[in-house]
Amino acid sequence: MTRRFTPKVVTGNALLEGDVVYLTVDDQWTRDLAAAEVLDDEAHAQLRLLDAQARQNEIVGAYLADVKPGAAGPEPAHFREAFRMRGPSNYAHGKQADTR
Amino acid sequence: MYRYTEFDAAFVAERNRQFRAQVNRRIDGSLTEDEFKPLRLMNGLYLQLHAYMLRVAIPYGTLNSAQMRQLAMIAERWDKGYGHFTTRQNIQYNWPALRDVPDMLDALAEVGMHAIQTSGNTIRNVTADHFAGAAADEIADPRPVAELIRQWSTDHPEFQFLPRKFKIAVTGAEADRAVTRAHDIGIRTVQRDGETGYEIIVGGGLGRTPMIGKVLRSFLPEADLLPYLEATVSVWNLLGRRDNKYKSRIKITVHEHGIEEISRLVEDRFAILKPSFTGVDQAHLARIREDFAPPAFVTRPVDAYTRAYDSDPVFRAWADTNLSAHRAPGYAIAQISLKAHGATPGDASADQMRVIADIAEQFGHDEIRISHEQNIVLPHVHRADLPEIHARLKARGLATANIGKISDIIACPGMDYCALATARSIPIAQDIATRFDALKLEHDIGDLKIKISGCINACGHHHLGHIGILGLDRAGVENYQITLGGDHTEQAAVGERTGPGFSAEAILPAIERLVETYLAQRTGPEEPFIDTYRRVGMAPFKEALYGPEARRSRAA
Repeated sequence: MTRRFTPKVVTGNALLEGDVVYLTVDDQWTRDLAAAEVLDDEAHAQLRLLDAQARQNEIVGAYLADVKPGAAGPEPAHFREAFRMRGPSNYAHGKQADTR
Repeated sequence: MYRYTEFDAAFVAERNRQFRAQVNRRIDGSLTEDEFKPLRLMNGLYLQLHAYMLRVAIPYGTLNSAQMRQLAMIAERWDKGYGHFTTRQNIQYNWPALRDVPDMLDALAEVGMHAIQTSGNTIRNVTADHFAGAAADEIADPRPVAELIRQWSTDHPEFQFLPRKFKIAVTGAEADRAVTRAHDIGIRTVQRDGETGYEIIVGGGLGRTPMIGKVLRSFLPEADLLPYLEATVSVWNLLGRRDNKYKSRIKITVHEHGIEEISRLVEDRFAILKPSFTGVDQAHLARIREDFAPPAFVTRPVDAYTRAYDSDPVFRAWADTNLSAHRAPGYAIAQISLKAHGATPGDASADQMRVIADIAEQFGHDEIRISHEQNIVLPHVHRADLPEIHARLKARGLATANIGKISDIIACPGMDYCALATARSIPIAQDIATRFDALKLEHDIGDLKIKISGCINACGHHHLGHIGILGLDRAGVENYQITLGGDHTEQAAVGERTGPGFSAEAILPAIERLVETYLAQRTGPEEPFIDTYRRVGMAPFKEALYGPEARRSRAA
């Protein structure tokens, strides 16, 4: 039996500001995880990652992050990604400040 | 303190010019990230979870008021209005934009500061006793030697591609406030037959393989220091493992080859190198020493201090907790706690930095120190001025009377910022400090060091905490392991793990149970936590953490 593939998103940090970005279906970088393209197929995910890694002038350190489905789109599957999505817990800085 | 020469200023300006061009080439696409990364790391620029981070060196933890004001200006202009002081006497800015970093570095250069070699496989910022030049128990001010080492190690052509990072700490006093036994090389100033020299300790370090350093040379004459250091780093540079980064630090090299073999190799290399040091380093050291001449201490009455001490309990509590003995009569060393209950350990706002700068300029011979315990030190203040200093600090939330107490917690940035972290540190520190403040138990508990790291790399020195906390990722959940019995002083010791870790919700109650056990077990208030632990051992603490099951499993 093959192991079921955990859905992924392509994520990285914006080159200029360093903040967390996600790849969308239409090849844009979004700051909003819910707007990211969910990759359910491993081969497709690897191709999307290669595409993203080639975009050196826009982002740094692209990788595939596990997500789970949520009411408003993909949600982080691990607490590290939850922190990346929100910002630090000691100050209302980062994304949590931008979205208020 | 040390003033940049024309050579220093030109060197930093040229490096900044180069880095500005490198940043521009990265932004215009001429450099890939793989090409740019080693260049940015050489200049202290990391990419963390949410943003870039610029780590600025505060050599041997010494600042003047102009430098502190510039750090405040940089925090406000290019960051979010604060800075984070670290366990290696650096300051980190957590939110710079890539385009702004060259301007930040130029602003630092204006006050004789930089971010060179605060990252990468080089000799890092040289740290020192934060009471240097002020402590009553001091043999010699370690800062001139630390500055000499800084100049020698900066851009040293042989040591730009070391097997791994390399950290040096220097102390000039009996009491070890610089954690010399947990550094790649620790230098302790010692005296033998009336002559001053150094004890050289090698191979200490924390991380995943914590080790207490071993004595490589029990007495090294002052003049031999640089050739001896060069010999030591040189031996490791060739011998140190490059196949596995977890085995590349000098502590592993010493462990694998043995201290005798390392010593023999270093002495052989030293014999070759020594003649090439023609004494120019000693002439230069003499010039550096002039910059560190002690301030002109004055004799004044201390009535104002005595009046405040006798009449103001808040001032008295602060004085009892945050002051240390100074070498000059009438003076004190005052520590400014960056651990207000519930605040982020080591963070200071730009406003607070300016208040501290003003106080240092007006009352403190223009000297400020950053301690590895993430607090700020006014090394030379007259007791008569302390009531006024305390009042000003209090107005800015800087008069927390908790130095050395349970809420004076070292915590690394953890997963709130750091890309390497496996769990958060800051909220755990905030919870512990807030809880014991609410219980009003802090001063009854007395001296107790809690140190928290958010990953095995141990930036929060958890191994050396009387109570150490290590945050890990256990199956996708934050989990916190406890160690007991660590010691960061001249009696350096690595703490022992208690057993299984605790969840983020369970770690605070666990710490409370440890403290209750200590209070029940101690012979009296005069026996601090670490002494009780050494006397009664792990067993009662383990039982408090895990219940009687721990006893049953031991009996089985």
